[in-house]
Amino acid sequence: MTRVKLERIAAARSGDKGEGSNVGLMARSPAAFAFLERALTEDVVRRHFAGINAGAVKRYVAPNMQVLNFLLLDSLGGGGSASLKTDAQGKTHGLALLRLELDVPDDVLAATPAPAP
Amino acid sequence: MTPLPQRPRREPVLVANGQGFWGDSILGPIRLVREGPLHYLTLDYLAEVTLSIMQKLRGRDPQKGYATDFVALIDRIAPELVAQGIRVVANAGGVNPQACMEAVLAVLAKHGAKGVKVAIVEGDDIYPDLDTLLASGEGLGNMDTGRPLMDVRARVTSANVYLGAFPIAQALDQGAQIVITGRGTDPGLVLGPLIHEFGWGPQDWDLLAAGTIAGHIVECGAQCTGGNYTDWRRIPDMAMIGYPIIEAHADGSFAITKHTGTGGRIDRSTVVHQLCYEMGDPARYLTPDVIADFTSVKIEDDGPDRVRVSGAKGAPATPTYKVSCSFEDGWKATGQLTISGPDALAKAKLCAQIVWQRLAYDGFEYGPNERIEEYLGANVCHAGIAVPGANDPAEVVLRMGVKGPDRRKVDRFGSELVPLVTSGPPGVTGFAGGRPKATQIIGFWPALLDKSKVSTKVTVVES
Repeated sequence: MTRVKLERIAAARSGDKGEGSNVGLMARSPAAFAFLERALTEDVVRRHFAGINAGAVKRYVAPNMQVLNFLLLDSLGGGGSASLKTDAQGKTHGLALLRLELDVPDDVLAATPAPAP
Repeated sequence: MTPLPQRPRREPVLVANGQGFWGDSILGPIRLVREGPLHYLTLDYLAEVTLSIMQKLRGRDPQKGYATDFVALIDRIAPELVAQGIRVVANAGGVNPQACMEAVLAVLAKHGAKGVKVAIVEGDDIYPDLDTLLASGEGLGNMDTGRPLMDVRARVTSANVYLGAFPIAQALDQGAQIVITGRGTDPGLVLGPLIHEFGWGPQDWDLLAAGTIAGHIVECGAQCTGGNYTDWRRIPDMAMIGYPIIEAHADGSFAITKHTGTGGRIDRSTVVHQLCYEMGDPARYLTPDVIADFTSVKIEDDGPDRVRVSGAKGAPATPTYKVSCSFEDGWKATGQLTISGPDALAKAKLCAQIVWQRLAYDGFEYGPNERIEEYLGANVCHAGIAVPGANDPAEVVLRMGVKGPDRRKVDRFGSELVPLVTSGPPGVTGFAGGRPKATQIIGFWPALLDKSKVSTKVTVVES
């Protein structure tokens, strides 16, 4: 096991979806996807975003894309033009997820190419 | 109506999207028509927030309320469109497609372009029928909260359904070279031309799903060619980033590519990034035309800057349209100051406390959900997540805001920000743009409406 930032084994993109945000997470390898499908539960993501998201977290899985898709249901301070937040559309929530630190098995790391420097 | 000239089916059909939202760079579509072959140019001008802005504009001037950027663009590219026969599909009509068409016809006349057919698709605007619909038993209940629309009826300022791709195909069938729609789905801008070209039917679920997925991939323009991409250092020549082109086949398979020599990058990863954007449930991406299953497709690298997508599956569309209503939902004001170091963050926190205390002294207090203070530079975007250096930034932008139903109370906030320059801690600067004033909040009200209650209309006019 090695403690790494999620960015080492996944990429992400986010945007708004109603009063919440949609955070898509793409594993960088099949091994990383299999690991993340087990490790990255709704509860782990909800706790990581406790300072941003006041609502529940819903997870969807798309194996063909090696994607886990998370909906943070109350993360935009009201959403749309009602929000007072700078990031009223959750554009930065994907990068926020990639800051998560987790213990990753070394065989998963070995099977996952690191992002270009 | 003159019948369309018979022409052989062309394959692949090249459909590009040159505009991801109202305010996207005009260079996207200009370079698309200059730098390589193209059959269709689609342009998406409507984000969720855009229609509320257009609604405000139309309120002030009945000739406004559409994307004026679109008219400026047609002015720039009219000669290329005519010379190459490129057809344009744009949701630039906003809440006023008729005025948009008139402006486009005026521009075409200026260029001496005669015989160009311009179409508008109408029927999305149900605002005039709202009371009839409510009286007939349609509750238009809020999809998120369940509240009936009657609760806010007096404050509703617009109501539009998201139309699908078939009215666009109908306009193209009638020979339109430029199709202007109001509110419709973003992927429908791409699906419409494919229905027209390949003769796909309203129950060809897999094919409609394929065209919808193609449309979703390109709907945000450069977001699938390397824009807003995690590994941004891998993206070459972002300044000259190419906008995406779909090479579509009649069997529903397609490739995503861009013109040779343009910047950016297309590979499996940049395409999957965009598939995830605003995706929701990947197995059930709902449009009025089909329920597309994003988990069904095979996505493969197919050479440099080229990704092949195939195998799309779709399920029958639901019997309802999604409705987006906007309504007046109070007032808000935000403003900002810059506070330099040393001790920038501590001084910025003192500034915020001073503002709230002075306002309270004068009888103006704002609840926790009615106010915000942000310390930009000290980790606002990723609040609650450990970020190195966030506790001692060299300088901080203090951004404060309030909202609520009382306009006077919101305006009062704006006058307590600038006094900090002389009556707060040292190093307060960067006050620009005048005293923050209350602006109206336009709330969204998502609802569903039975499709039988809506009729669409296509009108074609020749320049």
